[in-house]
Amino acid sequence: MIDQKIVEHVAHLARIDLEPKELEKLSMQLEHIIGFIDKLKQANVDNVLPISHAIAASNVLREDVLKKSLSQDKALANAPSKKGSFFVVPKVIE
Amino acid sequence: MEELNRLTAHELIEKTRNKEALSEEISASLYKRINEIDSKVKAYVRLGNTKEPAYPRTREPRGVPVTIKDNICTEGYNTECCSKILKGFIPPYDATVIKNIREAGHSYLGQKANMDEFAFGSSTENSFFGPTHNPWNLDCVPGGSSGGCAAAVASDEAIWALGSDTGGSIRQPASFCGIVGLKPTYGRVSRYGLIAFASSLDQIGPLTKDVRDSAFLMNIISGYDPDDSTSVNTPVPDYTKALVSDVKGLKIGIPKEYFVEGLGLEVKAAVEEAIDKLKKLGASFKEISLTHTEYAVPVYYIIATAEASSNLARFDGVQYGFRAKVDNLMDMYKKTRGQGFGQEAKRRIILGTFALSHGYYDAYYLRALKVRTLIKQDFDAVFKDFDCVITPTSPTPAFRIGEKMTDPLRMYLSDIYTISANLAGIPAISVPCGFTKKGLPVGLQIMAKHFDEEKLFRVAYSYEQNTEWHKMKTKL
Repeated sequence: MIDQKIVEHVAHLARIDLEPKELEKLSMQLEHIIGFIDKLKQANVDNVLPISHAIAASNVLREDVLKKSLSQDKALANAPSKKGSFFVVPKVIE
Repeated sequence: MEELNRLTAHELIEKTRNKEALSEEISASLYKRINEIDSKVKAYVRLGNTKEPAYPRTREPRGVPVTIKDNICTEGYNTECCSKILKGFIPPYDATVIKNIREAGHSYLGQKANMDEFAFGSSTENSFFGPTHNPWNLDCVPGGSSGGCAAAVASDEAIWALGSDTGGSIRQPASFCGIVGLKPTYGRVSRYGLIAFASSLDQIGPLTKDVRDSAFLMNIISGYDPDDSTSVNTPVPDYTKALVSDVKGLKIGIPKEYFVEGLGLEVKAAVEEAIDKLKKLGASFKEISLTHTEYAVPVYYIIATAEASSNLARFDGVQYGFRAKVDNLMDMYKKTRGQGFGQEAKRRIILGTFALSHGYYDAYYLRALKVRTLIKQDFDAVFKDFDCVITPTSPTPAFRIGEKMTDPLRMYLSDIYTISANLAGIPAISVPCGFTKKGLPVGLQIMAKHFDEEKLFRVAYSYEQNTEWHKMKTKL
């Protein structure tokens, strides 16, 4: 079950600010959607292993060699706010 | 002059090779067409002045230009996933598929194709730039999320296109617009530079006017890429060699779970007629069962949203795109994301965060991963005895713009036949197989086992060569 209180909490975890009306509407829609998804509870998953990918691959590592990467200028080019070689965000410590 | 934009890519490649057409002329005919009708179709976004086309790098047209979905990174050209939160984002690098296109001697359009925001949707209505219209009926959706690509190819505003498919986002719009759409095997095509939606499901693939173009484009984009740790290092065959009009002796399964309530009558009739055609051409058919089909949509909307909630955490107003003006860091994150994401994106991020959150993880996310195993095992078992599986691509033809926007669950159910291929990681293609009485296209879906795109091409090509559907043009 999902209700408005849970949605509010989850929205905070996801760092999404919701208007009161949005929260109300979203809660109703999610309740409806979760109600449908609850169908999964009928599936028999005893002794079934979970898969996170359809094609099995594990520990894919690259060679430990130096490669070219983005320059600082390029990496900063899209920043909404920057100073020198840094991204700028609102002040975090007093 | 012949309208070059109406031709297929392989016809145009032939013409440029024989010096019967120049790349400049191809681009010019495309831009003329775009200028004439895109105000109605709205297949492209940020169009600006198309009379002065933006050619990448060389500023010269090369080969046959490819139309690109707005979630595939193109260095120096805006790539915004049709979202406000990525407004103004100009990638500092090219996706691997874009490099592949350049290395094959082709160019791409700097103007990108419309899509549902972050590929979240089945109708292209969830775009920050507004919906794309179906060229067969402008009151209908083109499908989604690669609806811009599909509508552009169907209306000859594009020669061929690259989209992405997480739960049907190439095949369903291809079906709605009467063109060919292929989702390759997971790992066949590099995802490097594709802005991630659900990393275990996403694949880039071609949207084309015919099956041969699909094989041509797959030859260009397939292969191992060290920059994508999920790309698979197996040899890439020449897919054009699989274009053989012969299905004699092929064993094809028809899953009974796909022909149930909810399947539109006209779609059912068109698909059954296609099956009869393939029977006459020598394929054998048998009813099969994919037992866990009913769980595909719920499994998908847990796994896809869980992965999306994690992938989209990077959009926080720090490194790129939109930032809300607030002077406190936590509020900046929340307001940026609250104002920058559209309704569907917020719905999915919150649903995915819920499925991963403490107290719900086992009941939803872990359980979904287990049911995913069951769905994959269904296909593994079928492909031991069958060469491929045939189904409708979508239960209905294109629906009207606005029809499903107020009911997200109904919208989710329009992917009911396409989702399983992503969960199982198998390749699947949609080819046109008829029209409804109202003139809307219907698509046939063919699925095969991992890395057997050749079987798809063989069946799709045989069907296409013995029918006329792919030659139909819109009245636009």
